[in-house]
Amino acid sequence: MGLAAAYWIMAVVAVLAALGVVFLRNVFRAALSLVLCFITVAGLYITLSADFLAAVQILVYVGAISVLIILAVMMTREVQQGSPANRLKIPAFIVAAVVLGIMIYTVTATSWQVASAAPLAPTTVPLAGKLFSESGFILPVEIAAMLILAAILGAIVIAREK
Amino acid sequence: MMPNLPMQAVPPDWPGGYWWHWLFFSILLIAFVVIMVMGAIWIERRGMGRMQSRLGPNRTGPFGLLQPVADAIKVLLKENIVPDSADKLVHWLAPVIAFAPVMMIFAVVPFQNGALLADLNIGILYVVAVSSVATLGVFMAGWGSSNKYSLLGAMRNVAAVVSYEMPLVLAIVGVVLVAGSLSMNDIVLAQDIPFILLQPLGFLLFFTAGCAEINRSPFDLMEADSELVAGFHTEYSGMKFAMFYLVEYAEAIAISAIITTLFLGGWRGPVLPPWLWFIVKIFIVFFFMVWTRTTLPRVRIDQLMALAWKFLFPLALINLFITAIQVLVWPDALPWGLIIVNIAIMVILVVVWSKFFKLGWGRLEV
Repeated sequence: MGLAAAYWIMAVVAVLAALGVVFLRNVFRAALSLVLCFITVAGLYITLSADFLAAVQILVYVGAISVLIILAVMMTREVQQGSPANRLKIPAFIVAAVVLGIMIYTVTATSWQVASAAPLAPTTVPLAGKLFSESGFILPVEIAAMLILAAILGAIVIAREK
Repeated sequence: MMPNLPMQAVPPDWPGGYWWHWLFFSILLIAFVVIMVMGAIWIERRGMGRMQSRLGPNRTGPFGLLQPVADAIKVLLKENIVPDSADKLVHWLAPVIAFAPVMMIFAVVPFQNGALLADLNIGILYVVAVSSVATLGVFMAGWGSSNKYSLLGAMRNVAAVVSYEMPLVLAIVGVVLVAGSLSMNDIVLAQDIPFILLQPLGFLLFFTAGCAEINRSPFDLMEADSELVAGFHTEYSGMKFAMFYLVEYAEAIAISAIITTLFLGGWRGPVLPPWLWFIVKIFIVFFFMVWTRTTLPRVRIDQLMALAWKFLFPLALINLFITAIQVLVWPDALPWGLIIVNIAIMVILVVVWSKFFKLGWGRLEV
């Protein structure tokens, strides 16, 4: 009961916040709306017993990514009105609607298998096992990290004034 | 805000279970933070007065003890002024968003064995995650005020927080490696020897980065009065200003509480009851913060960034590396040898790095 109530509150707030990101004309407020969306998604993770993931979601998305987005917003002009010169409203709407339709179709058409096992209570240790054990995924994770580092260095080299 | 948190440490004899525990600790924590903040303000003002050869506030109540109360009442009665061009909603929300995460940190801080709102098994990660949200409140305040000094202060704050979060977290990881758990209660239980002895370098890094993270002098560039009026809260008055003032000291208390928990053995100690030990240790750490504030002059912005990236960050990486090796190979039977080795490593590293550490060593554009 409590779980269902928490789920519905957070689901509705998440969808409303996501709509706010798209429809608010003030870019700064749109970014804040995005933060709210991230927080509610973290809440959804908690209702799914993924506590470690929820904390990382808050740390990475709310604490770091959103701050980066807001810093980027600072660099744009006309924060209050959005960008009036933009003529891509209708194509963007069509693409978004198509993607949404495909996702809804996939979710409803798939027969989801629900595990009967109880959720893992502390998820930290199993996650660490997935990462660091013999058959863990440490190599792909490290390669991804190297890739991102290379991308950042490339961006700095391109953006730096001679 | 977060229901269904996995709870572990509800004492079995607790009447009514979950919700009573929740209610009791929520009220207790709010009262605790407000009273501790008043104590901290008194210590700061009187202590600074003493260190600067003046009296400090001494008229209100015995030894000026009621001065924070008088200040609070004064500030509550003041007019609330919102700038005409401000983003009203953001301006209004900012103090709330800055305040909530600081309160939420205390949810996982243990006052004695098992006496905490929620013994999360991700305790310290939760602290890091939640405290990173407070930056957002500061940024909203800076932007919502539509004042260039506010915005500059907020920008500096974001730059500092993003930079100092890394040595801070790496220092925490060292402690987590030694303790073998992320839960704050388990970390305290693991400290038969306080981790300040096993992790002296980590303690130093955490203390420095923590002071910078919460904008305490000598790192209080974000509200440097001589440059930025009052930084991000320039345009705040009345109750909203009081909220930011409360946040500033609540953050100091929170960092002191986390240092106490991670490095000083938390509530553990002889003779006195555990919660009293905990509070005494918090005030000792806070006193050291006041001490550094009165001793050191404020740094420049380039010094602030250089200290984070060229001094604290490499040392934090080295500390993590050494700790990982020690956890793997050092025999458990020899803790005292480890303490001596670690203190020696700390002294050598800090001295050597100070020799190498120069400002403006490379190119100075950017």
